[in-house]
Amino acid sequence: MSLDPQALRRDFPIFANNPGLVFLDSAASSQKPNAVIDGVANYYRTDYANVHRGVYRLSAKSTELYEAARARVRKFLNAKHDSEIVFVRGATEGINLVAYSWGGTFLKEGDEVLLTELEHHANIVPWQILRDRIGFRIVAAPIDTTGGLDLPALEKMITPRTKLVGVTQLANATGAMVPVETIARLAHAKGAKILVDGCQSAPRMPADVQALDCDFYVFSGHKIYGPTGIGALYAKKAILDAMPPFQGGGDMILNVTFEKTLYQEPPARFEAGTPDISGAIGLAMALDYVDAIGRDAILAHEEALTGYGVDKIASLPGIRLVGAGQHRLGILSVEAEGIHPHDLATLLDMNKVAVRAGHHCAQPLMDKLNLGATTRASFGVYNDERDIDAFAAALQAAQKAFKR
Amino acid sequence: MDLRDLYQDIILDHGQHPRNFHKLDHASHFANGHNPLCGDRVTVYVELDGNKVKDVSFEGRGCAISQASASLMTEILKGKTLDEADALFKSFHAKVTGGSETGVPAELEDDAERLEPLTGVKTYPARVKCATLAWHAFEAALKNGRIGATVKTE
Repeated sequence: MSLDPQALRRDFPIFANNPGLVFLDSAASSQKPNAVIDGVANYYRTDYANVHRGVYRLSAKSTELYEAARARVRKFLNAKHDSEIVFVRGATEGINLVAYSWGGTFLKEGDEVLLTELEHHANIVPWQILRDRIGFRIVAAPIDTTGGLDLPALEKMITPRTKLVGVTQLANATGAMVPVETIARLAHAKGAKILVDGCQSAPRMPADVQALDCDFYVFSGHKIYGPTGIGALYAKKAILDAMPPFQGGGDMILNVTFEKTLYQEPPARFEAGTPDISGAIGLAMALDYVDAIGRDAILAHEEALTGYGVDKIASLPGIRLVGAGQHRLGILSVEAEGIHPHDLATLLDMNKVAVRAGHHCAQPLMDKLNLGATTRASFGVYNDERDIDAFAAALQAAQKAFKR
Repeated sequence: MDLRDLYQDIILDHGQHPRNFHKLDHASHFANGHNPLCGDRVTVYVELDGNKVKDVSFEGRGCAISQASASLMTEILKGKTLDEADALFKSFHAKVTGGSETGVPAELEDDAERLEPLTGVKTYPARVKCATLAWHAFEAALKNGRIGATVKTE
């Protein structure tokens, strides 16, 4: 099964509304197909009411759609139970929830949380906030000279003190793939839990939390063709069951008195207040869209574009691809000799090429690579070789403009 | 907009060969400016002689616009009084942010004119901070005296 980007582009109205747009920033946020845009609008038009409250039919229908969206996410991740899926605002909130609730309960002084140098700030800062409260140690597994994760070094850093390994499956700043399945095995062998940040991998390759055997997995809806403001946290049932609430409010309680409150079972325990109902329903529609294309087909497409892009960049004098180890997917981070990434991104924008420039919320990685910032192109289902050619041509135009 | 409207020769020149790019040994004031959005960093050193900017220099790393802006700023501010420096910043800030124009006294018009090439950033909202970073650092340096202060462009 293969994928036809030109045909898929017609599903995304942003392209018709922005003629000539070369959109290469899906790693920051992907564009939205009509199926999601119209689906969310139609939900508001036809079925909207609050969930888990009303006894009236419309509320029951809304609840049914919201819970069906949860089941859809379960299926997407191949989790065992619907109750293992907690809706959150995005991966960032998912990790904060795990840090606050699980970390706040089970981490103690003397423990270690093992991260990697490839992590996004969202998988660093929540642990630091908690560390400053509790006093455990944060250690970071290094990258090797090629920009990939140094797996032997990571293995050595997992000790009996390690309580959690938090690792991205696909580094957002460079596109480096991380063998999380292997890391899960190593972590479990030492009694540690593993949290996988699936933000960049979920939109680009099949996800199976049971095969990965991860304890926590987070991803964001807006990076996988869904709405902003919605994402999911997966956690194994036994772990979620033992976790205290994250936020308090309506919907997460069994009974409230001023003396004592009894909490709901997961996942409701972690979803205080009216949730992002339309977001969850929109996310389910996005997952339908992705699965209709086929995740193997998407992976093959992303791999083909990545290979084409790597070769193309290699043919450009004065442009250097930032290392991403042995396996890179969907993301190309480049440096242009003598041109600051922000100038480069503005120059590319003048050619309607939309890329991200900056530190990509991965400052520790940038520091390690001795880069202030990079210019990053990233792919989605609507991109094809012509977009990469346009990127390359715009890079050359920028070089020409800066050469005096 | 053509890219050369934004990246005029003077910007590329000052961006690639910034003037007064060094630490100032006799600085009376300095401040660090940081744009957390892009990681641009600039340190501005000022040597005040009474009410006058006797010397001013900078160090840092960043895009062509932030470096050119810092470089031009140091050239222009040397020898100015604090009131003149303030008038130039106000007028420049208004021009790049699209705020209401504040005029400068006739004797500063040539200096304001020199900053004109940087005002192309006003159609690139994400880049306005690049052009104002050094000026904010200069302001912070004066305000906080010898004690270094980190300013963020608002």
